[in-house]
Amino acid sequence: MKKSIFGALAVSTMLSPVAAMAETEVQFWHAFTGRLGELVKAQVEDFNASQSEYTVVESHKGNYSETLNAGIAAFRAGEQPHILMVFEVGTATMMAAAGAVRPVFEVMAQSGATFDPDAYIGSVKGYYTSTNGDMLSLPFNSSTPVLWVNRDAMAAAGVDPDTDLSTWQNVGAALDALKAGGEECPLVTAWQSWIHLENLSAYHDVPFASKDNGFAGLDTEMMLNGEAQVAHLAAMGQWAKDGKFIYTGRRNEGGANFRAGDCALFTESSAGYAGIKSEAKFDFDVRPLPYWEGVGNSPQNTIIGGASLWVMEGHEEAEYKGVGEFLSFLSSSDVQAQWHQDTGYLPITTAAGEATRASGFYDANPGTDVAVIQMTTNEPTANSKGLRLGSFDQIRGIIDEELEGIWSGDKTAQEAMDSAKERGDALLRRFEAANR
Amino acid sequence: MEKRVTFRGWLLPMLLIAPQVVISAVFFFYPAGQAIWQSLFIPDPFGLSSQYVGLGNFEYLLGDRFYRASFVTTAVFSILVTLCSMIPALFLAVMADRLIKGSGVYRTMLIWPYAVAPAIAGVLWLFMFNTRVGVVSWYLGTLGYDWNHVLNGGEAMGLVVVASSWGRISYNFLFFFAALQAVPRSVIEAAAIDGARFWRRFWTIVLPLLSPTTFFLLVVNVVYAFFETFGVIHTITSGGPQQSTTILVYKVFSDGFVGQDLGSSSAQSVILLFVVGVLTIVQFKFVEKRVHY
Repeated sequence: MKKSIFGALAVSTMLSPVAAMAETEVQFWHAFTGRLGELVKAQVEDFNASQSEYTVVESHKGNYSETLNAGIAAFRAGEQPHILMVFEVGTATMMAAAGAVRPVFEVMAQSGATFDPDAYIGSVKGYYTSTNGDMLSLPFNSSTPVLWVNRDAMAAAGVDPDTDLSTWQNVGAALDALKAGGEECPLVTAWQSWIHLENLSAYHDVPFASKDNGFAGLDTEMMLNGEAQVAHLAAMGQWAKDGKFIYTGRRNEGGANFRAGDCALFTESSAGYAGIKSEAKFDFDVRPLPYWEGVGNSPQNTIIGGASLWVMEGHEEAEYKGVGEFLSFLSSSDVQAQWHQDTGYLPITTAAGEATRASGFYDANPGTDVAVIQMTTNEPTANSKGLRLGSFDQIRGIIDEELEGIWSGDKTAQEAMDSAKERGDALLRRFEAANR
Repeated sequence: MEKRVTFRGWLLPMLLIAPQVVISAVFFFYPAGQAIWQSLFIPDPFGLSSQYVGLGNFEYLLGDRFYRASFVTTAVFSILVTLCSMIPALFLAVMADRLIKGSGVYRTMLIWPYAVAPAIAGVLWLFMFNTRVGVVSWYLGTLGYDWNHVLNGGEAMGLVVVASSWGRISYNFLFFFAALQAVPRSVIEAAAIDGARFWRRFWTIVLPLLSPTTFFLLVVNVVYAFFETFGVIHTITSGGPQQSTTILVYKVFSDGFVGQDLGSSSAQSVILLFVVGVLTIVQFKFVEKRVHY
């Protein structure tokens, strides 16, 4: 059954668009549709127009998971693209595939393109860098969670919209006031595991998994059942029980509720900016993600979500030169600054961030720099550099299930996280066995 | 009375069955063999290396309480889908069969849902039952019932069963309707003259005569519930909440194509192959005895 699906994928790969053969062709598979898809296409067209030696051919391969699967299936069939977009969750899978990927620092060195790893923002780069400090994939789109506030809903419930919401203690008090003021949906979230466990851990400088969150070895174990995490989830569980936190689903379903003006507070990626700005018919604010005052080393820094570009093995050397040129074009300051301003994703280089500030964009669009500040104020620690866990897509599924157990009141926070650790560790051991 | 055709020589009969043999070999025996072989390894996703683990994948699976629970979930789901798609279909077919005028229109309308792809049907139902914007959940809310299938396992199961059965009712309707047309009028008329009322005639004459069709649909629907419903589950619940809608085939898909754990996924395919084989044997051995051809 599986082979035939790989076969079908291989056939569809061969049918992907083929450009003029005179120039060296570079295949680029990504996961963006809609507005983001158009922006990627524009970047590729700009690169193709800027020189005549290489042609980059972009193709959309479905959502993040599907794109990764398409890339893996194509590699098995010997039809892999040069550049594959992989979401942050797939990082450990790609890193472990030593014969399938060519690290970006090597590609850059061989192509002779200008490349300075220090130009990239530390907390973005750190996620995709080996323990030796070598950059393995090129950060492409990165975002970090922030708190979105519906100021009109706050005012309607009789809560001052300018209330300090920097700590969860304050948010808790605000939720009480919102509920008392008749607000039916005081708090909603997107990507619960990413925001309320992975980022929570980094933000309070407590480990999410052993071995530096998996950076230092495959023999890592989940540590998400620690005191800080359980205390936070217990508080969230209580809010869910009291009708102050409304659970809408595992992905970003809550975004629809917030954009429609149904909810007062929303924890979501900074990249939610474009959607909220275009749809919200109310006055909104972007605030830093709240932290628990007095817990761990808070506020440390938050970590990123998003995707990076991996270069795959098995092509002609001349083509890798083109890959290097294209990646270097993508990380140039102008391209990055434009991308950051268009999408709400973080600028991946310090220079792009500075160029954006100098252009007055942050003054014209208040709050767009909250995420940048949140990411860059402190130097990342071993607990806040990022996560590198195998089978992480599945582990997130397990975490989602256990969190649902807390929200529905079936389990206490401690029970749920102990169970998540046990089940997650089983998957980590399998991943370790597969990549021994 | 069996009719037998005998061939002289071997060539022609071999040629005649060759296409079927080739199709079975390419689309069934080869992949099934591959699955059995792969189930003995833990490969890495890219196929660069693999560890021989013997029956380790099976041990891992059967030691997992969620995998064992998935058998129960699958049984509950399959029984519900089969019942929910066959009983309404039979009812509708009997009603449409009684119509004198306009049965063509009813038939056409009743067949439509079959044209909707499972994943799209999933999205349609999901939209109606969306906890915040769904029409049905809004209506239930006005009645004082708080619908929340993202947290309530029972409601999630109900929703995926309905979404999976809906399109299937059309398919079953088609077969029941055709079978009803084939019931000899003379038998029914004779019973009517003897004073048997509609439901009496239905239970004692029509239903037994429908048994070959019912049996066929039973087998086909169970196979459908086992293998073809994962599109619906993927779009509506992704197996949640807390794995309450994770049926065996959905787990094969999510472990293999989301989790990249091909060893575990292959082992699950082998177990599934075995389960469905046993189920089909049971159906043909025991249920078919009650079928009158």
